[in-house]
Amino acid sequence: MPELGKYAAEVSLAYVISIALVLGIVALTVWRSRRVRRALEDVEERRRSNG
Amino acid sequence: MANTSFWSYANPTKFMATTAWLLPVTGWLAGICLVVGLIWGFFFTPDDFRQGSTVKIIYLHVPSALMAINAWLMMLVASLIWLIRRHHVSALAAKAAAPVGITMTLIALATGAIWGQPMWGTWWEWEPRLTSFLILFLFYIGYVALWSAIEDGDTAADLTSVLCIVGSVFALLSRYAVNFWNQGLHQGATLSLDKDENIANVFYFPLLVCIAGFALLFVVLVLAGTRTEIRARRLSALLARERMA
Amino acid sequence: MTALFLRDLILSVRAGGGFGLALAFFLIVTVLVPFGVGPESATLALIAPGILWLGALLACLLSLDRIFALDYDDGTLAVLATAPVPMEGIVVVKAAAHWITTGLPLVIAAPVFAILLSLPPAQFGWLILSLGLGTPALSMIGAFGAALTVGIKRGGLLLSLLVLPLYVPTLIFGAEVVTRAGSGENAGTALAFLAGITAGSLALLPFAAAAAIRVNLR
Repeated sequence: MPELGKYAAEVSLAYVISIALVLGIVALTVWRSRRVRRALEDVEERRRSNG
Repeated sequence: MANTSFWSYANPTKFMATTAWLLPVTGWLAGICLVVGLIWGFFFTPDDFRQGSTVKIIYLHVPSALMAINAWLMMLVASLIWLIRRHHVSALAAKAAAPVGITMTLIALATGAIWGQPMWGTWWEWEPRLTSFLILFLFYIGYVALWSAIEDGDTAADLTSVLCIVGSVFALLSRYAVNFWNQGLHQGATLSLDKDENIANVFYFPLLVCIAGFALLFVVLVLAGTRTEIRARRLSALLARERMA
Repeated sequence: MTALFLRDLILSVRAGGGFGLALAFFLIVTVLVPFGVGPESATLALIAPGILWLGALLACLLSLDRIFALDYDDGTLAVLATAPVPMEGIVVVKAAAHWITTGLPLVIAAPVFAILLSLPPAQFGWLILSLGLGTPALSMIGAFGAALTVGIKRGGLLLSLLVLPLYVPTLIFGAEVVTRAGSGENAGTALAFLAGITAGSLALLPFAAAAAIRVNLR
């Protein structure tokens, strides 16, 4: 760990918040992608078996 | 090569095919740049003699601030392309970019406020740049809200595109207004890394890598989001057809 | 177009038309502020320009969704779209009618409210000037927002969310005119910017608003 000195709390807070936000938007993107993809596959499956 | 122009990617099928391999490649590149850049900046750069270790926040603040603006610019261009050439991929790309832009703006705001705290003694100051980002955040929220409020895809694309264009003009006006409004504020309330002087190379290179990382992250997330939106559009079309059958 | 203008004016003045509503709201805000921040004259005088401008802003916001929504709901707007008058003209007329019934009364009544907030009388002229120049922009920008949201049910809150950020430049320059005049600085620059924003909005937003209405009428 580098010697962050008296600003250790601020710098750490900045990094923690930023990384959390990045991970958050990545997770959201992945989650939504999977959900829509699965729903689409379900519907297309239904079409194949019906049509 | 003569037949393949940039516009062929407006074809949803071709877009999906191309991004199928482009996405993981860009994803890995983004990850590598981010990890390398942030670790380099955090662990292997010295402190600034005036700002102490808080200078390490630039590796987060500057890239995210840049991307917050660039995301909106990309949305503006995509909106114009939709209005003029009616390419659905473009409209959906703009829609997909907004949440990423919001995240970048939030990171810029949070890191900006934290960076300024030792200097100001408070967790927030209405200094021109931070205030402008706060206003940009509001424009983003309005854009996303309008998309959500309209059911018909094409209507939503049209109206949000118009909003994006008008919003861009007013966002620019707000920037100048905020600078004007802030003229009375005491000196030393602005965030800067002495942009007028040269940033020392020891800070500059890791910063470049971080900027590249954030930019690539934006590209990955927008590509992934656009793919999702294209699928969602097909999904709702199929569901509508099911309901009518 | 004159007929449309008069019709909108008469409709809004009639009962339920919201004519006095803006003024009443402005009054309420002005009365409530001292209860919130304390009765110190010095404090009130300092924040009076901002409060008065905010009051004007919010009062304008109140009646915005009526600009197009009523005509949209009963099909009048669709009929108007087929009229020989361009949609841009219709937008301007409706925004003008909104200003006459909302902004103009505020401009005229502003000195009375300024007295309540301990604004020094020397700044009254500047207040009227800035509100007079700025409120037309508020009506026009508001009309644009209303055009965007006309097809959305209960879109009032969304309308506010979209329009308030667009109001920021006008609010800043408008309030700065009065504040700078009060502190002896040159208020001319702010006034020029304010006028510029109003002129630009009046010239360009009708096209954007008309486009939005055409989209919503599809």
